[in-house]
Amino acid sequence: MKHRGGNIFLSIDWVTVLIYTALVILGWINIYSAVYDESHSSILSMSQRYGKQLVWIGIAYAIITIVMAFQARAYSIFAYIIYGLFIIALILVLIVGTKTNGARSWFVITDSIKFQPAEFAKFATALAIAKLMSSFDFDISSFTLPCIKNMLKIAAIILMPALLILLQPDMGSVLVYASMIFVMYREGLPGYFLALIVLAIAVFISTLLYPLWVVIVALLVLTEFIYFLHRQDIVETAISTGILAFTFGALWAGNHWLMDDKYGIDRLLLISTLISSVVFLVYAYIKKNMSIVVGILILAGSLVFMLSVDYLFHNIMTQHQQTLINVFLGVENDPQGTGYNVEQSKIAIGSGGLTGKGFLEGTQTKFNFVPEQATDFIFCTVGEEWGFVGTTVIIALFVFLIIRIMWLAEQQRSAFSRIYGYCVASILFLHLAINVGMTIGMVPVIGIPLPFFSYGGSSLWSFTILLFIFIRLDASRDEQL
Amino acid sequence: MKQYNSHKIYNISLIIIAIMLAYIVKLFCIQVLDSQYKMSAESNVFRRVVDYPARGLVFDRNEKLLVYNESSYDLVAVPNKVPPFDTADLCNILGISIEAFKAEFQKAVNYAPYKESVIHKQITKQRYSYLQEKMYKFIGFDVQERTARRYEYNGAAHVLGYVREADQKFIEANPYYKPGDYIGVAGIEKSYEEALRGKKGQKIYVVDVRNRIQGSYMDGKNDTAAVVGKNIISTLDIDLQMYGEMLMKNKIGSIVAIEPETGEILALVSSPGYDPNLLVGSDMALNYPKLLKENFTPMFNRAIMACYPPGSTFKPINALVGLQEGIITPSSAFPCNGGFSIGSHVVKCHHAGSLDLVPAIQHSCNAYFCHEFTKIIGDKKYRRADSAYSNWRRRVQSFGLGIKLGSDLSQENKGIIYTKDYYNKFYGEGHWSAFTIISLSIGQGELSFTPLQICNACATIANRGYYIIPHIVKHIEGQDTIAHRLTEHQDTGIDPRHFEPVIQGMRAVCEYGTGRSAQVPGIIVCGKTGTAQNPHGKDHSIFEAFAPMDHPKIAVAVYVENGGYGATYAAPIAGLMIEKYLKGEVSRKDVEKRMVEADLISPLLQNMKQDSIKAAAKKI
Repeated sequence: MKHRGGNIFLSIDWVTVLIYTALVILGWINIYSAVYDESHSSILSMSQRYGKQLVWIGIAYAIITIVMAFQARAYSIFAYIIYGLFIIALILVLIVGTKTNGARSWFVITDSIKFQPAEFAKFATALAIAKLMSSFDFDISSFTLPCIKNMLKIAAIILMPALLILLQPDMGSVLVYASMIFVMYREGLPGYFLALIVLAIAVFISTLLYPLWVVIVALLVLTEFIYFLHRQDIVETAISTGILAFTFGALWAGNHWLMDDKYGIDRLLLISTLISSVVFLVYAYIKKNMSIVVGILILAGSLVFMLSVDYLFHNIMTQHQQTLINVFLGVENDPQGTGYNVEQSKIAIGSGGLTGKGFLEGTQTKFNFVPEQATDFIFCTVGEEWGFVGTTVIIALFVFLIIRIMWLAEQQRSAFSRIYGYCVASILFLHLAINVGMTIGMVPVIGIPLPFFSYGGSSLWSFTILLFIFIRLDASRDEQL
Repeated sequence: MKQYNSHKIYNISLIIIAIMLAYIVKLFCIQVLDSQYKMSAESNVFRRVVDYPARGLVFDRNEKLLVYNESSYDLVAVPNKVPPFDTADLCNILGISIEAFKAEFQKAVNYAPYKESVIHKQITKQRYSYLQEKMYKFIGFDVQERTARRYEYNGAAHVLGYVREADQKFIEANPYYKPGDYIGVAGIEKSYEEALRGKKGQKIYVVDVRNRIQGSYMDGKNDTAAVVGKNIISTLDIDLQMYGEMLMKNKIGSIVAIEPETGEILALVSSPGYDPNLLVGSDMALNYPKLLKENFTPMFNRAIMACYPPGSTFKPINALVGLQEGIITPSSAFPCNGGFSIGSHVVKCHHAGSLDLVPAIQHSCNAYFCHEFTKIIGDKKYRRADSAYSNWRRRVQSFGLGIKLGSDLSQENKGIIYTKDYYNKFYGEGHWSAFTIISLSIGQGELSFTPLQICNACATIANRGYYIIPHIVKHIEGQDTIAHRLTEHQDTGIDPRHFEPVIQGMRAVCEYGTGRSAQVPGIIVCGKTGTAQNPHGKDHSIFEAFAPMDHPKIAVAVYVENGGYGATYAAPIAGLMIEKYLKGEVSRKDVEKRMVEADLISPLLQNMKQDSIKAAAKKI
């Protein structure tokens, strides 16, 4: 169906536009306050960030007009091409980009004209995912071969930009792509997949916190326990535990007396698990028991994941990234480094109290106590000047926006629009969760902007495009794209 | 069309809402429940203005003012309020280089352009009066009143000490102090820092984000008033002190005078000295390095830090030890045939015949004391020489010699008197005897004490057996007593009756002996000359004395480096000091003139010059 009557204004979801506008204005007010300096009183002063942000906002509205001017189906048709263009941009930035803060992530044309392709790659990826997943009979609801093929396709689409951004390196922007798991869940990925994600996070954190053998033992105990709950068979559980213990004991004895402790306990545990698994698989084949196979696969996956996390952390990550993670996990106390920033950020937010100190009355965010006060830590200004009331209102506005987008997505006739909508909601949510979580010390300090709020043209425009493509799609919600 | 999954929106929404609720709970905790963050922020939201108390004044024992405070001024500026101005003019007024000024100003800009920072500290009154006239030209600058230390007399620098800004290291160790605070670093200023400094007060103002004061916080409920520093009355007699400094002009050395009965230090001269006003305010930066480089180290407090061999002034001590140990009686006599010989080595002496104690002291007979010392160390009571030596050492130390006296002056040197282990190690156990260490009998060899210790030992003799730890402060405002240890008798354990013959000997020294030049008309002075061998040049002239003989009022020790015999300089100077203190006026103007005019430094300087010329010639 084609858009009828030509008057797009009537079919736009004005509630979403209104929330968007509200967030942009509130964002600007807080940027103004964060960088306010009485020696520069003109709000249009282009030498100050609030002056620039005002210009970025103006341009954002121009972008909106352009985004709305296209036919809805254009986004579906050109999805892959847009995606391809931004993949090229991401490759280019690695070659000709300018290095700032240790990351090669900016195209710098002049001092004031520069942009960050990683920001725009988000909506491009969202379009590509929507395009892919909306194709007829795209199924990821089981572990059959076609489904796994589909999952690999999605993974490819997500991983390509993610890896390129990782090379810059910009950990924050990479994490955003993890949010696509929500989209996949909505589109049929079984619920236990989410449980696997939780498992992955648990393995990830415990690998960094504890020695490997502790993680391995914990995983083995967990597997046995779940198996027992599932089968309610004490004998099977006891025998399998016995086999594990016996192989480990034999290996340990051999290693100790014959090989002079050549191998570490980690390796012995892994080998004994491997040997036992073979025994269990044979047993599963005889008994025609699928659940044993699944259990062993999950266990094996967890172990491989654990090893790769361990390797990634110690061999791939930079010292800075290791510190970030260690500080967050509480392993490292670094008051003047990363932990210092979080502490200052908490002081700023905490000092706001219930109702805040009032507009322009904040001191913590103004006198450079808080780093990146206009960009990644803009939420501190909200907390300090508007208090708990302010922070709650902002979070509520975001939550309302995200849920409204999902709700609108459900109204779409076309799968493309629906999936794209979920992509938008997921990306916004991940940004919100990480950015706010970071300022209150619940998430590691990962440089990632608060959508519509943080200072910066690239991020504002990319979120604007991301959101307004959806509003454009929604305006033609009855169309079959 | 996968509408069959549409129920999943609820699950996703639930996850989102759950996480965000967790955030809101956390925000509620840090913003509303936990006040810790507000407290942390406070130090930036409130401006704490420190109320600096005036430092306590210092008076001498006759309540003459010695140290006081003078207004001084700090130049402050709010950098972003400063328009371009005539930098050269301002620097000229302040007396600093443009580079130094610009560096300070840049520091202030870097710290916070909208906050007031101190640009230049402790501007003197004089410079301030110039500055005041031109202040209208320097917009954005202001002047803050502080106080600077001022010293009424241009002497007594070592006793009074000086103050300077606390450095980072000190502040870290002493949290009371903040950058910009002043601390006493020597003399009374240091020892009595806590009493003198008073207590800083604090006014808390609420400021807005432009750092403008909005008013006092909670109506000043949490403000604390500054407590003015306590005034101190020193034991010093400033007239005597200045007189001593005058006598020591152009000489290197030291004079210490103590009131024996109380241990109060009446004068503590270290020469060359310096004018304490050189180390005041912003002049300090200029003068301190200069003083450090000057010849004969004027910053070095010889009176308590320099160690010299006591020479013959040590003989009365050895006599007392011998009397107490029963080695000698006042009538014991030892032969003197122009010296005391050990093998081929002779300790020379200048008279012949046999002397008993009083004339032995009077004539400073080396042979007598060598004989006596061999008997002390060879005492059968102790079986071994090293045990007898240890006992002798203990006795000597009971006079405060070779130990830290524990006065209220910091950096006191403890002097040298080795333990038996030193000799056992050096000569081997059992391989040394009195003869090995015979120099100790006449105050040479491995003995060296500070002028303060010698004066204190002399005061001990004057007191007939005890001393009170010498101290420089008599009274602290608001306190009944000074530290208990400074009022206690330190007993030597030597019977008072043994002192009489020794004191008679010391009296004879001044009346007919080597110390006649210390005589004061109408006063019985007891003293002892000493000549300390100096391997680097001419011997040091030493004299110790107390007077009057009965109920002594003053004990003096005088050291004149390179002064030759004790009788040449040290004895007359000691006599003049005694006369000045006891009579208030010196009648013997000729002696005074001779002493004041004696110049021992110029020849030294000439020698140094010649040496350097010779060294240069050698090089060529």
